[in-house]
Amino acid sequence: MNRDEIFAKIQGVLVEALGVDDDEVTLEASLAGDLGAESIDFLDIVFQLEQAFGFQIGQGELFPENVTQDPDFVQDGLVTAKGLVMLKERLPHIDFSALEADPQITRVAQVFTVDALVNFCERKLAG
Amino acid sequence: MRWMWIDRVVELVAGERLVAVKNVSLAEDYLHEHFAEVRDEAGVVVRTALPVMPGALILEGMAQAAGILVGHAEGFAEKVILAKVTRARLDREALPGMTLRYTAELVQQSPQGASTKGRVELFDHGDADAGWVEIGQIDLIFSHLDQNMAGAEFPEHNFVFSESFRTLLRTSGIACDF
Repeated sequence: MNRDEIFAKIQGVLVEALGVDDDEVTLEASLAGDLGAESIDFLDIVFQLEQAFGFQIGQGELFPENVTQDPDFVQDGLVTAKGLVMLKERLPHIDFSALEADPQITRVAQVFTVDALVNFCERKLAG
Repeated sequence: MRWMWIDRVVELVAGERLVAVKNVSLAEDYLHEHFAEVRDEAGVVVRTALPVMPGALILEGMAQAAGILVGHAEGFAEKVILAKVTRARLDREALPGMTLRYTAELVQQSPQGASTKGRVELFDHGDADAGWVEIGQIDLIFSHLDQNMAGAEFPEHNFVFSESFRTLLRTSGIACDF
């Protein structure tokens, strides 16, 4: 399956899960900021990706978990250098460069883009 | 105390399927405050207003049926809460004297939650020959409260599967020792 085919499947998943239109689902669109995803939608997206692609997604594999509660990773509303290293290690499908430039915790949601989902699925399918 | 919207679990296949029934009774207070009339496309009343079970309560009935299915599959160790209605369609009203049947199927389950598909059927005792008629579908996502991604903490005891649920399970002949 090539990257365009992966994108098309993800587009279908997001249209179904978030009730958005096809043309809103661009590679650059962030799930929360642009497509209006709320916290529970992430579980729905995980379930629908598993069904669409036929692979299993482990807990914390696609989206980070419990990062904001760990003082090693977040201090004074900012993601720490240690936190950024952890995020990049655990979630290699996500481009964290915008968060590195401005590590406010409120910006974390913006790095979860459609492109990150395509990267994730591409890696999973490649084994 | 929880307000139960199913009367009995009539079938349970662990981790796969649960079937429950709900008798719509005129003795229930809400029916005396929830009337609906039927109009045609031109807006002309074709059926006078009658007491009908609100769609939101039918949805709650499916949520309770599917929630028990999810909870049972996990030994009732998780606090299973309704998180999202992914699809809901109801084509017909349920009136007093009718019986609803909810069939919930477990689609996916993970440490964080579960998804279910559900079919709603209606038995009209005034038209028994018609048998069970499908009137809708309700698909749901449940979250395990203690596994939420925000890391928030909740009371240790399982307040979701309360005494009301345990009573329902016992009267349905389902082992209930939690």
